[in-house]
Amino acid sequence: MKPSSFTHHEVGSIDEAVAALARFSAEGGRILAGGQSLVPMMAFRLAQPTHLIDINRIPGLDRPRLEAGELVIPACVRHAGFHQQVIPGPLGDMLATVVRHIAHVPIRNRGTFCGSIAHADPSAEWPVVLVALDGVVVARGVAGTREIPAAAFFQGIMTTALAEHEMLTEIRLPNAAAGQRYGFCEHARRAGDYAQAIALAGWRISEGVIRQARLAIGGVEPTPRRLPAVEALLDGHAPNDALFSEVADAVAHCVTPMEDPQVSASLRRDLLRATTRRALQRACA
Amino acid sequence: MTTWVGRSIRRFEDPALVRGQGRFTADLPAARWVRFVRSPVASGLVERITPPAGSVCITHADLVGVRPIKPMLDRFDYVPIEQPLLAKACVRYVGDLVAAVLGTTAADAEDIADQVLLDITALQPVMDTPSALAEDAPVVHAGMSDNIVVRAQMCTPGHAQAWAAADRIIDCDIRSHRQSGQPIEARAAHAAWDSSGRVTLTCTAQMPHLMRTAIADLLDMPEADLRVVAPDVGGGFGQKMSLAPEYALVVWLARKFRTSIAWVEDRRENLMASFHSRDLAISVQGAFDAQARLVALSGDVLANVGAYAPYPNTAAVEPLMSFAELPGPYAVAEYACLARGVVTNTCASAPYRGVSRPALTLAMERLMDKAARSFGLLPEEIRRRNLVQQFPHTSPTGLIYDTASYRETMELALRVADLTRFRQRQVTARVEKRYLGVGIATFCERTGYGSPAFAARGMGVTPGWETVQLAMDPSGFVEARIGASPHGQGLRTTLAQIIADAVGIVPERVRIIHGDTDRTPYGWGTFASRSLVISGGACLIAAQQLHTRLCRVASIMLEAAEADIELRDGIARVAGTDRTIAIADIARASYHGAHRFAESPGLQETASYDPLGTFSNATHIAFVDVDVETCAVRIERFIVAEDAGRLINPMIVDGQIRGGVAQGIANALYEEIVYDEHGDILTTTLADFLMPTAHEIPPLEIHHLETLSDASIIGAKGLGEGGTIGAPAAVLNAINDALQPFGAELDAMPATPLRIHDALRAART
Repeated sequence: MKPSSFTHHEVGSIDEAVAALARFSAEGGRILAGGQSLVPMMAFRLAQPTHLIDINRIPGLDRPRLEAGELVIPACVRHAGFHQQVIPGPLGDMLATVVRHIAHVPIRNRGTFCGSIAHADPSAEWPVVLVALDGVVVARGVAGTREIPAAAFFQGIMTTALAEHEMLTEIRLPNAAAGQRYGFCEHARRAGDYAQAIALAGWRISEGVIRQARLAIGGVEPTPRRLPAVEALLDGHAPNDALFSEVADAVAHCVTPMEDPQVSASLRRDLLRATTRRALQRACA
Repeated sequence: MTTWVGRSIRRFEDPALVRGQGRFTADLPAARWVRFVRSPVASGLVERITPPAGSVCITHADLVGVRPIKPMLDRFDYVPIEQPLLAKACVRYVGDLVAAVLGTTAADAEDIADQVLLDITALQPVMDTPSALAEDAPVVHAGMSDNIVVRAQMCTPGHAQAWAAADRIIDCDIRSHRQSGQPIEARAAHAAWDSSGRVTLTCTAQMPHLMRTAIADLLDMPEADLRVVAPDVGGGFGQKMSLAPEYALVVWLARKFRTSIAWVEDRRENLMASFHSRDLAISVQGAFDAQARLVALSGDVLANVGAYAPYPNTAAVEPLMSFAELPGPYAVAEYACLARGVVTNTCASAPYRGVSRPALTLAMERLMDKAARSFGLLPEEIRRRNLVQQFPHTSPTGLIYDTASYRETMELALRVADLTRFRQRQVTARVEKRYLGVGIATFCERTGYGSPAFAARGMGVTPGWETVQLAMDPSGFVEARIGASPHGQGLRTTLAQIIADAVGIVPERVRIIHGDTDRTPYGWGTFASRSLVISGGACLIAAQQLHTRLCRVASIMLEAAEADIELRDGIARVAGTDRTIAIADIARASYHGAHRFAESPGLQETASYDPLGTFSNATHIAFVDVDVETCAVRIERFIVAEDAGRLINPMIVDGQIRGGVAQGIANALYEEIVYDEHGDILTTTLADFLMPTAHEIPPLEIHHLETLSDASIIGAKGLGEGGTIGAPAAVLNAINDALQPFGAELDAMPATPLRIHDALRAART
């Protein structure tokens, strides 16, 4: 469990990083941010990058900021940065709730929000947040910058719309207005384990009924996704347990769960049903 | 007069360990690093091994004159099997050793190993006991007529009659899935050749003396030319007790290349190719009379022991221990059992803390709960009617249970638990669709057994006794050189407490020397909950001899009768007077003024101790909350009532219990080694092999009784394994209690969400 040899490049700016990536990506160059997924994979020799382009010293990438109604999260913002509200209001609260499910404190101290998105592990939490909120992924390559909508970003297990030579430079999440509610629930074998089912619900209540419902799931299929058909079951209805059970059943029926030695498709479906219902209930709490 | 025994003094081991000043095998610099090339297939014929050009790659053909590992058992029903240090023609499990390559660093060696091309013709593997026992199953070891490596059978003469007269027969089939007892430090070995031709092997070991004997035998070298050192060792749990072929290879390489060679096992190797355990299926049938008393017991034990036999315990250790100890703490007179060990294309199984007792306790405790339900009794009531209460008790297999408190310990646990209140809460919770359960496990733990017990198993290598060499030096400090080899148990502290009391000095003046064959007398090391009882017993005898000698010398120096001398707090005193002399002055005089005394010079004493063994006992009570939607189990509360005789250091005792229970809970809920049908191992990281963390282990409520038994001269019984033995049965009984409203039952561990889910689904249909 020693990585195979590689060359470490420390870069001082995004331009340098992108240039290095353009030069080395074809022969297995990778961006190194927090390294909490990449480095263990290198130790197992599941990943054998020949060049690591280390972006940790690039100034200005470590703080989220509010810009034109969007929360902008640059490439080196650590998970631990979300323990406290990054912005006042429901979005900051929700992110502070979600982050407590990500692995353990030492990993959160190092691992990054954008790294988690770029890595695209199906059991990760931040990708569910990204798709639930219809956030935007900003990618930069030598040819320039492009914005990729969340719904088009995740393409499969650890497969994304990022080109080999592109660096994910930041994520933009729309800020939530006051009155926005979120409910998050995930199921994992042990505290901090990879999630086996994740649900994130969000809505506003107006005149006693749910408006603008959003429901996203993760950990169940190769990629996280929003479930518009199920969201429609919520919109216009007063929140109550019977409705949530009906919605949870609908969610459980509309997925094709992954299987692994720990979780059969049938169990994963039941886990999703339970996490969905609990996420909906928490959105009311 | 006792001053130090019974006190929770802080461990002498800890200041270095908590400051990062421990000395571990992997800290040693080496000239060359070895990486082992391991089989990627479960069963196959090695056709060709092609190393990269210019590399050093050792294969079986290079090991001229090296013997295979072949532990022996002197029993007609045991078939000895051989393990060559590197695969000769066959590979027998994924992880089997095929070749060794050398590099300048560990990473370099791994790079080279990655480039070794293996041409192996894969054969159909046998992965589990049913397929290994099938008529047409391939044999794992050529020359064997089938895959059964040991087959033990017995039936007491009155069994059939008792069976026929019974009120009812209760069945229970349990399955313990494969485990690995993970130490925080994986295995490591460092062999340094010196110009005298001698090799020092520093390694993570529980039995350094036996490692020396075994490796010298395999390599056909004089034992005197090998020194084995076990420095600080980060846990063993049995995994570091058995001989690792890798260690012998590291010594061979150091001699061959006349240099220093290091191997530090990584976690993947450890999970794949260090010893596994607990792959057991046990069926029990209990014949009960109308008063719910167990009058006859039948057992059928099937152990998947893996591809090879661990040295020195052999592949029979799990089936034979199940066979001998299945009746547990219950006073059943008639017993029949068939126990078989079956070889398969999996990693070899070896002792892991608790050995087969977590599984057999699960079988017996599930049986008792099922019988209780059948008779309409509470689980505690059926145990009251069946626990042994007269001591000494002879079990149907001839084991002698010394004085203990099986019933009293259970009652203590029950008082703490207040089950009446819990059961009311359980009913209320069900209305809210919360499913709570309580589970009881009672057991006795055979500990501190000497050579008669091992001889009864017929082991070719018969461990058991321990020797201590005790010397008080001229400064008045005591050095105790022991053959036991602690690796986390705190013996440097507890043995010092025993010696301090017996000699009349403070424990800070006692140094325990262990884990170095150059510095310690031959001994068996640390395993089987034995060291405190046996090495502690030897320490007590030697310390008493030293006490006598000090009194004799003091009587001359103080011109008093020997019988009037008292040693206490570092001072020798003529009883009832103010005439005193410091023990340190007696020590100085014993060396530098020896001509004054009719004694052999110096202060050295040697003693050995070889007891029959002593049984500690305990009751565990687990309270769980089963989420029937996610099939997750949360342990709300966990009670341990333990009777391990005299507590030498209660803090260390409680630490042993906590660690053991954590591993027991791991067994019950989380940890499992999984192979797929092709023989590939799926659990080679700690993300797949789920060790519980502090989040998953509840605070434990620990209570003690201290029944003193004359089976242990220090009054203490062993308890190092008990936590692992009771916890799985308590947790599984609690889960079953919680699932009662669904009519679901689960008799397999770990009780993973998937198994609970399946049990609930099975009950629904």
